[in-house]
Order: sequence, then structure tokens, then C-alpha cells
Amino acid sequence: MAVMSIADALKAAIAEEMRRDPSVYVLGEDEDIPGGMGGAFTVTKGIGDEFGRLENIGGEIKDGRCINTPISEIMISGVCVGSAMYGMRPVADLQYCDFLFCMMDQLVNQAAKMRYMSGGQLSVPMVMRCPSGATNRGAQHAQSPETFFAHVPGLKVICPSTAYDAKGMMKQAIRDNNPVIVFEHKLLYGSKRKEVGAINSAGEVPDGDYTVPFGKAAIRREGTDVTIVANLLMNYKAQEAAAELEKEGISCEIIDPRSLLPFDYETVVESVRKTGKLMIVHEDNYNCGWGAQVASYFAENEIFLLDAPIVRIAAKDTPVPFSPDLENYVIPSKEDIMEAARKLARA
Amino acid sequence: MPVMPNKEKAIGMYRKMYEIRQYEETVKYLFFEGIMPGTIHQSAGEEASAVGIIYDLRREDVVYSTHRPAGHDLAKGISLRSMMAEMFGRVDGCCKGKGGAMHTGDMSVGVPPANAIVGGNIPIAAGTALAFKMQKKDNIAVSFMGDGATNEGSFHEAINFAATWKLPVVFVCENNLYSATTSIHLTTLLEDPAAGRASAYGCPGVVVDGNDVLAVNEAMAVAVERARSGEGPTILELKTYRKYGHSRNDACGYRPKEEEKEWLEDRDPIKTFRARLLEEGVATEEELEKVEEEVDAAIDDSVEFAKNSPVPSLESALEDIYAD
Repeated sequence: MAVMSIADALKAAIAEEMRRDPSVYVLGEDEDIPGGMGGAFTVTKGIGDEFGRLENIGGEIKDGRCINTPISEIMISGVCVGSAMYGMRPVADLQYCDFLFCMMDQLVNQAAKMRYMSGGQLSVPMVMRCPSGATNRGAQHAQSPETFFAHVPGLKVICPSTAYDAKGMMKQAIRDNNPVIVFEHKLLYGSKRKEVGAINSAGEVPDGDYTVPFGKAAIRREGTDVTIVANLLMNYKAQEAAAELEKEGISCEIIDPRSLLPFDYETVVESVRKTGKLMIVHEDNYNCGWGAQVASYFAENEIFLLDAPIVRIAAKDTPVPFSPDLENYVIPSKEDIMEAARKLARA
Repeated sequence: MPVMPNKEKAIGMYRKMYEIRQYEETVKYLFFEGIMPGTIHQSAGEEASAVGIIYDLRREDVVYSTHRPAGHDLAKGISLRSMMAEMFGRVDGCCKGKGGAMHTGDMSVGVPPANAIVGGNIPIAAGTALAFKMQKKDNIAVSFMGDGATNEGSFHEAINFAATWKLPVVFVCENNLYSATTSIHLTTLLEDPAAGRASAYGCPGVVVDGNDVLAVNEAMAVAVERARSGEGPTILELKTYRKYGHSRNDACGYRPKEEEKEWLEDRDPIKTFRARLLEEGVATEEELEKVEEEVDAAIDDSVEFAKNSPVPSLESALEDIYAD
């Protein structure tokens, strides 16, 4: 057992899987270039040293399982699909999740549908690592687009928010026989790269092998008055809010869904059975964000458990602005959550 | 003029070309009679490309096709029965009725589902070639595309990667002069939109008469040798022509009649190859007629098989989304 940042936990998972299984390889832009950062957020630093770099040196192709690619998102995603179909397990580093939109064809039309179109003849075991979240970088390095992908049958979408989950879910993602989109929040990495507003998410991580299954939510804090479902950074904001609300006599139960596709409705239902109040918080936009799906599930199936209307807190429906004041305004804050929780508790 | 191969190979190539043509003609009839559902993108007219490229490949080599896949599929060895049943959306189809005309595939003969996104298979083929390289196998991948795909970003991104990493892949552009209904000359300045770009990636680009099965086969042999020996990819641009429209209901009003006559009458790949087989005494009229009769019977059999194959269970629509 060691205390680790999420960045290091992810790296440990990838390295352990690469040692265990020669079909696992990493690829991406600036992927462990000597003297570089190890992707954009240090996760792959050192991977090339240990596993070799597959590269063209003066016309000779050197062996290795770390591929530093051209800036070609369609190629990166397509190469993942084509190598995964033939026995490899690629783990791609996207640097910023916003670049997912440069590869939508390969992810949505190809990776997600190839098995189905073939009538089950093949599988596409690939992992896309997608750093997400608003961090004073402006609208194109800021999004939380989990919902786009949770909408696609054939994909899996996970969002680990603790170091323990980061290692266990990354190992699970690499072993999974389907395309898995992994959202990693930039303010939770805890890497050496400094970020304004970063949260120390370092936690205990077992040394040995373990996996965390998808489709099983985690209860981060137990409570009796209000159920709050929140992922990634928003889960931490919700926990901060809950700690303060406790002093006001409001008891919040905080659920981290951990994976959005598949989604663990059962854990949320059991919590709401106790509290009768449901709030959903995400950094994804409000309109059609994944919270809308969860709310819809309750409206259709469990409306009689509710003692008050469902509350949704999400990023305002704008691109993410640069100016830190504006960014803080559109992204949900601890105060937003507290205010809504007070109203909901009294309702 | 390319050298005639031995009799067995020459007649084998003719048989496959004839099979593709008759398959497409049969599909066209079944579709327009309303017997078969869906849509069709016919490869008739482009048989020399499919057979010339694929004839000498190994079973383990992988062929990625397009929305016009039947020629490639049959040439690589997907059975007539499972192809036809897929066209009918039946359970015995090569994809259990879930793929359809634009996604036929059979992994057991090295054909992943065909790709109906223009240019979509190019980076995927590069990925499969990367897998073979990392696994130290000497299999190769082939990516078919139309002339329209050369203007996709995927073409540029994938070929640049494949060339730099010397991946065992051959990029085959079937330039039939039209991207759906638009002449390639209206959208691209290059006379050779695929091969003409090869120098941008530092790999060979070769222009071939795509209606001459032996010329295609010869050019492919060089490209395959290069790929298998670790020298990297080649772009082959095969000049060819569709016998029919882009898809159903396309009467080709945008194609000049004299152009159609030249390609479809004077340069028909099956007609010209058949004539050469007879002229050079490789086969007799009787031998070729026997081949044709055998193929016709096999196609009739595939239609009967497909019609009698059960419709898939409705529950099967909910299966094969995720692998365990």
C-alpha cells in the first residue's frame, strides 16, 4: 500500500498491465518523449524507457510499445481500432479530451459498431484516456463531454475520481474487450504539473493487482437528507459542500457513479429510498447532460420515491470562457451545491 | 503487356471475375424486382481490381473494403451463400443479418466488416498493419478506397503514419473517376489523386490500368513484397470504371456517353481478359463456358439458400453490442 496521486496510479496500472500482457501498448502525441512531459499530464512518463519506443530512427524501425504519434487524431483512433481488432490492446493518450471530437468517426462509427456490424465476430479492446475539465485554458481545452459518449451503444464510459479507482479501473479498462473512454479530470491528477484549483486527490493504492468493476457506484459519504450524485471534480465539490452542510444539520449522501456507461442506477435508487431527495451534479453542460438521463430514469421508474422535484446542477450552457471569473461562474461551485441542497432539504 | 500466368491461375482469376460480375448482376435483378431489401453499391466493372489485388494474398492477410465491397469479399473468399444471405438480412448471412450490403465481412477469411464511411478504413488498416508488425507476423493489410477517399483527412493521417513506421499495408485506390456523382476532376487538381500524393508521404505511388487484371496483379506483387519485407506501404491507383451508378436509382446522367462506351464496351475487364485467354490459347471456349456454367449454378444456389434462410430472431438485435 502506498499513497499515490491519480497520475501515478494511472501510470502504475498501465505499467503493470504492460508487464503482464505483451499486447498492451501506449500511443499518443508527445508520448514519453525523452525530456518531455509524458503526455500532457505526466501519466506516461517513463513508459518508453521501460517498454521501448517504437520509432523510425534514420530509416530503422526500433521495437517498443510506446508510440509517439504525429498530431493525427483520426489516425490515432483508427489505429487503435485496427490494432485492437487484431490482438493488441492500445491505450491512447489524448492530451485533452476536447480532441475526442477530431476522432468521432473512428470512435462512434467504427469502434462502437464494428463488433455489432460483424454479428459478433470480433472485439475492439481499446482505451482512450481523456483529460477533462475546465482549467483556465479557454473553450477548446476545457470540456467535460462524457455524455456524448455515454449515448453510444458499444462504448463504455468511466470517470475515476480517486487514486484507488484510477488504478483499478484503468486495469479493468485495459482488460475489457470493448472500447473504453476514460475521463480523467485535470484538477484531480495531482501530478507535478501545477494547476490552479487543483484538489489533492492522493490516496492509498494497493501495490498488487486488483481491478474495480464498471457499473458499480461508490458511496463517498453517507447521509440521510439528500442524495447527491456527482462525478469527477464535482464529487469533491459535493463532499466539501456536504461537510459544511453537516454543520447546518443537513445530512448529504454523496454517490460517485464512477462509470456512466454502464450506469449503476441501483445504488442511487437505494440511496433515494432513504433520503427521498435527489440532486445530480456534473461539470458537463446542463442541456442533455448525463444527469438528465438519471433524472429521466427516476421520473419513469421511481417517481414515488421522491419527496421533492429532482435538482440538477451543471455547467451553464455556454462554451467554457477563459477569464477565471467567468469560468468560475459557469462551472458549478461548492456554493451552488450548498444553496440547492438547502432548498432541497427543506422541500 | 503483363505476362500471362499459368493456366490454373489464369482460369482461376477469370472464374472469380466472372463470379463477381454475375453476383452483382443477380443482386441488381433481385433488388430492382423488390425481392431483396436495402440498397446496393455495385462493383460490376471493377472486377479486375478486386481479383488482381487479392488473388495471391494469404488467408491471414486482411482486406478492408468500402461501401462497394462485394468484389473484394468474394475475391478474398467469403462464400456466395453467406454473402447472398447477408444481402437478404438473414441469419445465415456472413454478419448474421446485422451488417448488410455495405458491411459484409467474414473474419475467418480475413475480411473485417466493410466500411461505409468514406476513408474510414484507411487508418484502421494501418492499425492492423501495426499489430502485425508488433506481433512480428509477416501478414499484410490492404485498404481499398475510392477516388473520393483521397480527399479525406483519414487518407493523409493514416498514410503518413504507415509510411513513417514502415507498416505492412497496401493502399489501393480504385479510381473510377467519380465520387458518387461528382467527377474527381471537379474536386481535385491532380490527375492521379492517390498515387500523385505518394511523394508527400515518402512512399511509392503507382498508377495501373485497373481494368487489366494481370497488370493489377503484377503491381500488387511488388507492393506486397515491399510490405512483407518491412519496407512499408505502397499506394496503388487503379484506373477503372463502374458499370452501373453509384447506388440504386443512379442512371449516371453525369457521365459522357462516349466515356461510358470506351470503358464499358472497349475496356470491359472480363470481356478483354476472356478474349486474351482465348487468343493466347490459355483456355478453349468450351473450358470457359464450363467455368461460367459452374459459377451460374453456384449463384443460383446461393439465392435459393438465402431465400430459405430464416429471418434473425428479434432478440438478436440486442446481442453483439459488447464483448464479454
